[in-house]
Amino acid sequence: MTTTTPTAAERRPLEPKGRRSLTRRKSPLLTILAILTLPYFLLPLYWLVVASTKTNRQLFSTFGLWFDDINLWSNLTAVFSAQGGIFWTWIGNTVLYAGVSAVGAAFLATAAGYAFAKYDFPGGTLMFSIVLGAIMVPTTALAIPTYLLFAGVDLTDTRWAVVLPSLVSPFGVYLMRVYAADAVPTELIEAARVDGAGELRIFFTVALRLVAPGFVTVLLFALVATWNNYFLPLIMLSSPDLYPLTVGLAQWQSAAAAGSGGQVLFSSVITGSLVSIVPLIVAFLYLQKYWQSGLATGGVKG
Amino acid sequence: MRTQRRTPVPAGAAAGAPRRRGTSPARRRQHRAAYLLVAPFMLVFAAMLVVPLGYAAYLSLFREQLIGGTSFVGLDNYVRALTDSAFLEGVGRVALFLVVQVPIMLGAALLFALLLDSGLLYLERFVRLAIFLPYAVPSVVATLMWGYLYGPDFGPFAQIAEALSLPTPRFLSSDWMLGSIMNVLTWEFVGYNMIIMFAALRAVPADLYEAARVDGAGEARIAWSVKIPAIRGALLLTAIFSVIGSFQLFNEPQLLSILAPSVIDSAYTPNLYAYNLAFTNQNINYSAAVAFLLALVIAVVSYVVQLSSQRRERNS
Repeated sequence: MTTTTPTAAERRPLEPKGRRSLTRRKSPLLTILAILTLPYFLLPLYWLVVASTKTNRQLFSTFGLWFDDINLWSNLTAVFSAQGGIFWTWIGNTVLYAGVSAVGAAFLATAAGYAFAKYDFPGGTLMFSIVLGAIMVPTTALAIPTYLLFAGVDLTDTRWAVVLPSLVSPFGVYLMRVYAADAVPTELIEAARVDGAGELRIFFTVALRLVAPGFVTVLLFALVATWNNYFLPLIMLSSPDLYPLTVGLAQWQSAAAAGSGGQVLFSSVITGSLVSIVPLIVAFLYLQKYWQSGLATGGVKG
Repeated sequence: MRTQRRTPVPAGAAAGAPRRRGTSPARRRQHRAAYLLVAPFMLVFAAMLVVPLGYAAYLSLFREQLIGGTSFVGLDNYVRALTDSAFLEGVGRVALFLVVQVPIMLGAALLFALLLDSGLLYLERFVRLAIFLPYAVPSVVATLMWGYLYGPDFGPFAQIAEALSLPTPRFLSSDWMLGSIMNVLTWEFVGYNMIIMFAALRAVPADLYEAARVDGAGEARIAWSVKIPAIRGALLLTAIFSVIGSFQLFNEPQLLSILAPSVIDSAYTPNLYAYNLAFTNQNINYSAAVAFLLALVIAVVSYVVQLSSQRRERNS
């Protein structure tokens, strides 16, 4: 990470070190109480791991919260070979939709947020107010008319139908405006101007580096939002080849619940679910610093 | 103090932006750059947000009839929605959801955030991560998992009840369903809200409560009278996001309806209703009116939440 002006969140570290933890007494009682609540948060995930090691028959015949004979490998084979390996396609689609949308949304939000923070231009305040108001617009009020508009120009059931609406992140713009106001000192912009740099060049060479942590935060938000999106692809797509994991898994679940000739088994839905969340959980644990500083920006200034 | 700002959004003059002087060539160049930077976002914003919203408003004013095609009917669709018991029941259901689930979820999140911020816990990092982890799980997978856990066939709760020869808990019955959905949402979002609050707490200057601590005030007292007022902005943000989320409820009931089709009907939530109207009944115009009305309800309720928090702030 490049050097930045510390944001409010970074000024006091998230991990209480030094003075605070040295002088404050820890409480074993409160710790035990807190730990006792954790099974609630971890139980479904633990169950998912256990269940993904069982065959469909074992799911019904053995106790759900403990292991029986481990059949994880055969479940995985079943998941990845079902319907001509369509699970691979779904993974690819999810990565594509989430990746393209997140990078695009983060770039658009960063450029706009920076401009709103650092330029006083006619109509700027009005535009920003409209964008803020849009945070409240429910996505579903939009999804159905967007579907109809896309149907008019033959965009439904294409990859564009999922990516294009996901490029808009009003909350990202708000976050970047707050972030850029702090992270890019106005004096630095003035100095670059004196040196003869053009405005866009200042953005690309000076500002972009300074707002990098904010950019990553918006990127992560958009990534998770698209990765998890179910409603939009459900509406827009009808070819299974274009489904992301969420819609594909839901489809499998319907088929398994209907029990239509054993085409798809619950064990495949469960193992597929596990496979689909592993990358996100790894990414979360790995990138939590960005999450927290980003959420701090949104929450503190909010 | 920054955190005591009234609105969740600092509308108005840009912080740190240079003052306006006349329009010198340099200023015009800056304006041009600002428009160039804003343009890509605003274009996509207009195409993907403003136009669809306007189109929904337009569609909602028409009706498709068997005879005579599509005709302009003014606000008839809205009048119909406001007297449509299916729609109103759905709104009532999500309102009940909001009133019960959101306080539980935000209360739990605040409690955890304060506990973690107090520095009283061992294993602080581990506790924080464990609570936040469910947010990494897509709502589709979360609902599938809880659906299995709830299930009467191989759900562990049913298995345990059977082993103890107790009656099987009926999580997916019509009496329990709303509570079961509340639980899924709570599981998904306590951690997310906790992290927002925790981050806000971290930014509260320590000298605000060091004095109180020296005077012998306990942690609980400090939390109640110093820390909670100091993070009012973050609390408001989480409350408004929760209001929006509750009214938009779709994924969880839609997926659970696979397991309990007779309990979750096509109008269980307003959003599910709008979806089914458009894609099952092909009644686009009425669906648009329902979606638009829902957006209006959300805007009004969010506004009321914001307003009431401002009033409280003024009184305190």
